[in-house]
Amino acid sequence: MSNPLSFLDRPNSYIGKSVPRPNAKRLLAGRGLYVDDIRLPRLLHLAFVRCPFAHARLKSIDVAAASRAPGVARVFTAKDLAGHYTPWVGVLTHLKGLKSPPQHPLVIEMATWQGEPVAAIAAESRAQAEDAAALVAIDWEPLPPITDMEASLASGATPIHAAMGDNLAFTRNIEAGEVDAAFARAAHIVEEEYSFGRHTGVCPEPRSILADYDASEPRLTVHYSNQAPHMMKEIFARHFGVPEAALRVICNDVGGSYGIKIHVYPDDMTTVLASILLGRPVKFVADRLESFTSDIHAREHRVKARLAVAASGEILAFAIDDLTGIGPYSTYPRTSAVEGNQVVNLVGSWYRAKNYRARLRVAFQNKPPTTQYRAVGHPIAVAVTEALVDRAAEALDLDPAELRRRNLIPDDAYPWTTASGMRFEKLSHQAALEKLLKLMDYDGLRREQAALRKKGVHRGIGLACFVEVTNPGPAFYGIGGAPISAQDGATIRLDPGGSVTVAMSVTEQGQGTEAMVAQIAASALGLALDKVRVVTGDTERTPYGGGTWASRGAGIGGEATLQAAQALKGQILDLAGAMLQTPAAALDLAEGWVVDAAGQRRIALDEVGRAAYFRGDTLPPGVQPEMVATRHYLPRLYPFAFTNGIQACHLELDVETGFIRLLKHWVVEDCGRVINPMLVDEQIRGGVVQGLGGALFEECVYDAAGQLLNGNLADYLVPMAAEMPDIAVAHIETPTLESTLGAKGAGEAGTGGAPAAALNALNDALRPFKVRVNAQPLTPRRILAALGKA
Amino acid sequence: MSETIAITLTINGESVARDVEPRQNLVDFLRDTLGLTGTRWSCEHGVCGACTLRVNGALTRGCLVFAVQLDGAAVETIEGATQSGSIADLQQEFHRRNAVQCGFCSAGMLLTADTLLREKSDPSREEIRDFISGNYCRCTGYQAIVDAVESVAARRKGGKPKTGKP
Repeated sequence: MSNPLSFLDRPNSYIGKSVPRPNAKRLLAGRGLYVDDIRLPRLLHLAFVRCPFAHARLKSIDVAAASRAPGVARVFTAKDLAGHYTPWVGVLTHLKGLKSPPQHPLVIEMATWQGEPVAAIAAESRAQAEDAAALVAIDWEPLPPITDMEASLASGATPIHAAMGDNLAFTRNIEAGEVDAAFARAAHIVEEEYSFGRHTGVCPEPRSILADYDASEPRLTVHYSNQAPHMMKEIFARHFGVPEAALRVICNDVGGSYGIKIHVYPDDMTTVLASILLGRPVKFVADRLESFTSDIHAREHRVKARLAVAASGEILAFAIDDLTGIGPYSTYPRTSAVEGNQVVNLVGSWYRAKNYRARLRVAFQNKPPTTQYRAVGHPIAVAVTEALVDRAAEALDLDPAELRRRNLIPDDAYPWTTASGMRFEKLSHQAALEKLLKLMDYDGLRREQAALRKKGVHRGIGLACFVEVTNPGPAFYGIGGAPISAQDGATIRLDPGGSVTVAMSVTEQGQGTEAMVAQIAASALGLALDKVRVVTGDTERTPYGGGTWASRGAGIGGEATLQAAQALKGQILDLAGAMLQTPAAALDLAEGWVVDAAGQRRIALDEVGRAAYFRGDTLPPGVQPEMVATRHYLPRLYPFAFTNGIQACHLELDVETGFIRLLKHWVVEDCGRVINPMLVDEQIRGGVVQGLGGALFEECVYDAAGQLLNGNLADYLVPMAAEMPDIAVAHIETPTLESTLGAKGAGEAGTGGAPAAALNALNDALRPFKVRVNAQPLTPRRILAALGKA
Repeated sequence: MSETIAITLTINGESVARDVEPRQNLVDFLRDTLGLTGTRWSCEHGVCGACTLRVNGALTRGCLVFAVQLDGAAVETIEGATQSGSIADLQQEFHRRNAVQCGFCSAGMLLTADTLLREKSDPSREEIRDFISGNYCRCTGYQAIVDAVESVAARRKGGKPKTGKP
């Protein structure tokens, strides 16, 4: 057998090559198959009636008129669903003290956010369902809402859920090192309060689900726009009492997800129940307003933060107090405590300082639930840390790059354990910083900035170092009792014509999962890429695994693919050796052939396949070909594979209007082994833009009554092409030694670091005016207010 | 609501006659009545551009017109543009540069880009960014799309295709 690493370096290896995604062509031809494209016989369409108040008691509901409306098959309220499901609770045992009340598909008595579903109408068409929804008569008793996080935790505040006692869902404290002593001996202490608005994912394809219950077997098939089909299958089995063996979840094309499509939504649970109770396929696709009021939201943090620095420029300590509002429930099954938990885990962790104090408080409020969305917690932790570092540099009259240079964890200091207990295998902060400064011509930009300032042109340069959590193991969720798999599997089968089919439990939402898997399988088996078919997104046709989240596809799914391919290769060579009467160890695979040590072609792979499947009679006695191999992979040495990187934002501020023009953005990141540079770069770029959206534009604006004021795409601003800059991306490759492949994740890096870079760039532009903006989104109104011009 | 009105129009070069409800928009007509699911709805209020197609050659939001308004009109969707091969160069370049991730915006984005190149053969990057700013993409960050359009513009002009790395 060949050295297991050698295929990576072969001339025909696809590893490290920017090959286009084989499965993207049909998307460009309009041939994608999203949930709403599926047409089934007897299909019913679901529309919801939602609570118009942020907090209200349901006094009565009359569905008689709606039930008689044209096309209506049935109207569901909570009492129609009672007894057909078990409620769900969003807690995990390792997040000690986290509390949340049971959740139900439809409001039973108390509605706790504007948009919570209270009735569902199944009809022959969506239009008919919506017509009937307007006929549902409800008597609501509005109650005083609690929307503000501080008010939620104030003493004497009315608990949103009486059974919970108070509105504090979760709290955690970290105390590491000698924090008070560090602040006592500091030359400078910088202190600031940062706030982060609520925003949401705005998936181009709204949440979509089509449940098809067939009572005859029984059989429940759910076509779902979702990231984690196996997890959802387990959840449907648990809560609906449908046998595991009767359940199938299929995720075909998914039109964007970004963490939105991995949580349990009451709408989706209602849709499945409606199908079970009607015995017919039922579809629900959220419209845009429903998406804004019922998709999970994210962020909404207020962080009080301090940093202590010595006169030498040594950062001595960080101390933060994070308050976050999560709406009325902790989401299931991942919980809503994880984002805040990430914030306190990550702040300051890429610097050497080991004195660290953190407090996290997670508050209930009458707004939609918040929970994990792309880069969970990172944008907050990175912005707080990096903004403090810039403040410290200013206090020391030191260049921000120089202060980072003096304090980043040295590249030769690994393995490293952070103050919060995170373990870094090997990172490359120092190399990344120097590479970035060169890439962007930092010194040149600083000179240009100084020259332009004299002319009244105000440009800002913002740096943001960061780490990124990828390849999470069971320590993230499984350990706390969630049905969330941290391992993934690949099954690879040789077909008689010499091509292979790979079934992979990691899913595809456009990141390039299938391309990455195909590249690895093709490289390990010496095949051309068009000889590899990858199957994802079907619980019945793929090995068991976690799916796609937290940047785990390449690092975990890729390694499983590699190991399965190597196992299949061994089986193929064993058979070929028996056919050729040559030791398998003297054979290899290349370009669709079994070759000998000298690279001479001995037998084509399709000959091996045909012998295995059609001409077993020609094989030596006792030889039973097994032309399929399955391998699963789970990282065990580290709970997470941390990656690192640095970003820079260059912008120009119009101090008369408060408008920001983004000029350019740079990223240097280290995700270990890069399998497809183009796909990684595009993940980074897309992530940066998503981060810039949150930093500059995006906010779900609520009034004091808990009413969403901008639930449409004209008022909720997302980044469009004209506002976005070109983004230069460069890499450092520090493979994890835990796997053969050495890949880590790259999906969160852009979103995690971009807001901090933008924040620092804005405040750099504002420096001559001796004002700062610390509330995201960084809107013109806030900028003008800081400048005293609003 | 159930009263229907007869319309006859041309869809991707073929004559189509149907009775439509006055409230049915063009996207629903294409998707639900004709099975042309390549056109996608996303915001349904004319902002995101996912449903962009061409009516009588002009870029149109499919969610903002009713099918009943289109008696006698010629509609071109992603299916038609793909079948005719008229945007094959754009599709190929989008693929080569990974100017597509989840694919939900792609139909609208491609028809918008093609319309730009029909109107202006050598747009600058700023002009490309400006022209596609009615088409929301959450995945790519837009740069690869701008690169692809710029590259196809050069090729359609007969110039050398952009050789920058995809």
